[in-house]
Amino acid sequence: MNEFVLIFRRDYITKETQPSPQELQDSLKLWQDWLGGIAAQDKLAKPLQRWDGEGKIVTTNKNVINGPYAEIKEAIGGLIMIKAADYDEAVAIANGCPILELGGNVEIRMAVTGTY
Amino acid sequence: MEESQLLPNLFRTEYRKIVSVLCYLFGIDNIEIAEDITSDTFLAATELWSVKGIPENPTAWLYTVAKNKTKNYLKRNSVFEQKLSVEIKHTANKSEEIEIDLSVKNINDSQLAMIFTVCNPANSTEAQIALALNLLCGFGIQEIADGFLTNKEVIYKRINRAKEKLKEANIKIEQPTISEINNRLETVLTTLYLLFSEGYYSTSQNTILRKDLCAEAMRLTFLLIENPTTNLPAVNALLSLMCFHSSRFDARTNENGETILYQDQDETLWNQELIEKGQLYLVKASTGTNLSKYHLEAGIAYWHTQKEDTPEKWQNILQLYNRLLILEYSPIAALNRTFALAKTNGKKEAIIEAEKLNLTNNPFYYSLLGNLYTDIDNKKAIGNFEKALQITNSPADKATIIKNINLIR
Repeated sequence: MNEFVLIFRRDYITKETQPSPQELQDSLKLWQDWLGGIAAQDKLAKPLQRWDGEGKIVTTNKNVINGPYAEIKEAIGGLIMIKAADYDEAVAIANGCPILELGGNVEIRMAVTGTY
Repeated sequence: MEESQLLPNLFRTEYRKIVSVLCYLFGIDNIEIAEDITSDTFLAATELWSVKGIPENPTAWLYTVAKNKTKNYLKRNSVFEQKLSVEIKHTANKSEEIEIDLSVKNINDSQLAMIFTVCNPANSTEAQIALALNLLCGFGIQEIADGFLTNKEVIYKRINRAKEKLKEANIKIEQPTISEINNRLETVLTTLYLLFSEGYYSTSQNTILRKDLCAEAMRLTFLLIENPTTNLPAVNALLSLMCFHSSRFDARTNENGETILYQDQDETLWNQELIEKGQLYLVKASTGTNLSKYHLEAGIAYWHTQKEDTPEKWQNILQLYNRLLILEYSPIAALNRTFALAKTNGKKEAIIEAEKLNLTNNPFYYSLLGNLYTDIDNKKAIGNFEKALQITNSPADKATIIKNINLIR
């Protein structure tokens, strides 16, 4: 068993591509069902945590600007940590993520052990 | 007045009150003395009342005798009494005697202190439950053994070891402070919930005993609610949950002791008063910012008191199970969630999710698959039911599984 972080990103600024209020509301059930399904398999590696919408960015020049966007127009919507046997399984789980229905994407990274 | 009934009920009710007050007074190192004095009191009652009849106020008689026996003990053991005087910050009252206070307030305070003493993580939950039944509920060793489907020696050892551990850890029997309540309440609630579950899910045929275990768990939880410092939302949620579950006690087994599944139960046998109580406590629990797993389970239990199969019911149950699993995983919750998913999203989707659960050591896992595959793929349904039959240890569950197989054939 390995641990993976799944990071959800989507474009929160381009007006034309934003989901409607109804679509957002409908996605709530999808999120709960997807997360519940992972939890039912006992594959949540860490408790869930929500993150605020403000954010700060520290740039290369050590400037601090208001977040949450870095250079790209996509912002992190959230992240979870799961348990899965390998990347194939993590990908299969990520395939059900509702952010995909909202035009976003999921980045998957495997945790490595060893000293920092 | 059924004289043969009076003494056993009185014994249990008053034993635990008196023993709590004396334990509170004497401290953990002298629990046995508190127990001995209390037992002697009831022995005296049995001996005298069988000859002279039951006194007009049996409770007052018991309290008077308990007080006198305690005073006598302290007189004969003046060193002990002096130690007690130092430890109990006795008020400026110049009375030379230590007053054994059997007022309602002190009884409740003592029992609260005892609950937190007994539900101490120094002991395993098994040991905590046995100790709770013995000290907090006044159950005898044999009764506890019957409840746990084991023998006297096992329970005797378990209880004594538990007491030893508390003594070694120098646990003080005292009113829990606010910070202690915050730290320890979870353990206390877990123990009470497990005690309730012992009665509710036990495979013992002794229905009266099982009902007693549930009733005791509820009584102790209620004690926490009566006390302002422990009257917290999660505690109200736990009592709500216990009320909802208990409401179906009579409908869950038939005359032959077989388990009747929820969907087959006669809802006229559901206890409406308990359901209403459950709703009352659920409302009381709906304050504050802390959503505990008991809130979620109480919510699920609430929806189960509505027998009608509406989409709203199962959608709510599914969402509550989602949140419960995200908060804390358990195999039973995972299985029940999948059952709810079948009701909201259909059996085919639920089968896919169920197969992912992979709970291959759990007979309920195969029963669920059997249930989901029924009328979709009956061959697979029977295959799963037969696997469940192989690994289950419960005769009641075996009977249910066989019934389900026969329904298909």
